Amino acid sequence: MRNTVVWSPREAALVSNAGDARMCFAFARFRRQLAALTGIAIGADKQRFVERRLYPVLRANNVADLFELTQLIDRPGNEALIEEAIDAMMTNETSFFRDRAPFEAFRVRILPELMAARERQRRLRIWCAAVSTGQEAYSMAMALDEAARELRGWSLEILGTDISGAAIETARKGVYSHFEVQRGLSTTHLLRYFHREEENWRVNEHLRARVAFGQFNLLSNGADLGAFDVILCRNALVNFGPEAKRSVLERLAGLLAEDGYLFLGDAETVDEAASCFAPTPNRSVWRRRGRPRPKLALV
Amino acid sequence: MKQVLVVDDSAVIRKVARRILEGLHFRTSEAPDGKLALAECEKMMPDVILLDWNMPEMDGLEFLCALRKLPGGNDPKVVFCTTENEVGHIARAMHAGADEYIMKPFDQNIMRSKFQEIGLV
Repeated sequence: MRNTVVWSPREAALVSNAGDARMCFAFARFRRQLAALTGIAIGADKQRFVERRLYPVLRANNVADLFELTQLIDRPGNEALIEEAIDAMMTNETSFFRDRAPFEAFRVRILPELMAARERQRRLRIWCAAVSTGQEAYSMAMALDEAARELRGWSLEILGTDISGAAIETARKGVYSHFEVQRGLSTTHLLRYFHREEENWRVNEHLRARVAFGQFNLLSNGADLGAFDVILCRNALVNFGPEAKRSVLERLAGLLAEDGYLFLGDAETVDEAASCFAPTPNRSVWRRRGRPRPKLALV
Repeated sequence: MKQVLVVDDSAVIRKVARRILEGLHFRTSEAPDGKLALAECEKMMPDVILLDWNMPEMDGLEFLCALRKLPGGNDPKVVFCTTENEVGHIARAMHAGADEYIMKPFDQNIMRSKFQEIGLV
């Protein structure tokens, strides 16, 4: 006896044949896999977008379709394919001194304040936690270089990390196109910190030497990275689901010095972990809230 | 609304640049070479000059030097916009008193970014 499936009109529109049903199932599974691997929450209406992004990966790896990809993701030994699929889903939109105001706040207010507070240790650690192709980390390096006289004798560390191995490779090379060096970067900075390399521009060695890059998944623990005075995690958590975002924000708070600062994207907030951060005059910069002090007993 | 004088011997570039700048809420006018641009500046000094390098009659660098000697000629911001994109050319333009430098080809993002650099966007 044949079973008859009764679809609602909406379901019928979505699933016009068995092939579509298979792909809808695969898409739902891929969304779960991507969220578990990276924290990124893809909208339920983004199936075509995901298929377009993954098409080159499927072709290059002789994978028939999204359904087969989701099966391979769950099998051990496919780490390289998984990384390619994750890379394909990343939006590496960035620029030097992106949005300007946070970098201005760092230069004018935050850096002098941290320098005064660390006069004895003379050490600053900055982490660009979703650095993409490196422009943000080099922007911080330029900001620190401009305060080089005041920072003479200080130990300065800038770490740039991203989940995308390809983006980190680009960041390490420090080679940018004609278009990239003209977005956010003044001509004075271009002449001071870059040199021509064929048709492109490369960050000068002395600036590259100040920045270390590494691949890092924001869902990882991160405790071995040590504590930071400033963490930038800009325009990455906007794609995360609320639970993943809360968990990352709490972990970042744990890696920040008690008087440290967190820089988010202009449209991002710390709502999911509001008890960890206090607002500052700059809407995308948040100060770590100190741990609550024990209440004194009244005698 | 700030006034930008677009100086370029290419009518296409002048048209594209004016369209982008008007989209950024500037008033625009144009001149096809340095000599005519200088005459425009003597009549009315613009707030910004978007300046090509290689032009007939008077090139961009000669124009910039002559502009800065005019009464009020230090007031306009000057943004070079040229295919000359060697470090030496860029450095010469900046030393001669340019405020910013755009390497062609450019797009709306680059134009906006460079006008932000000089505090006009």
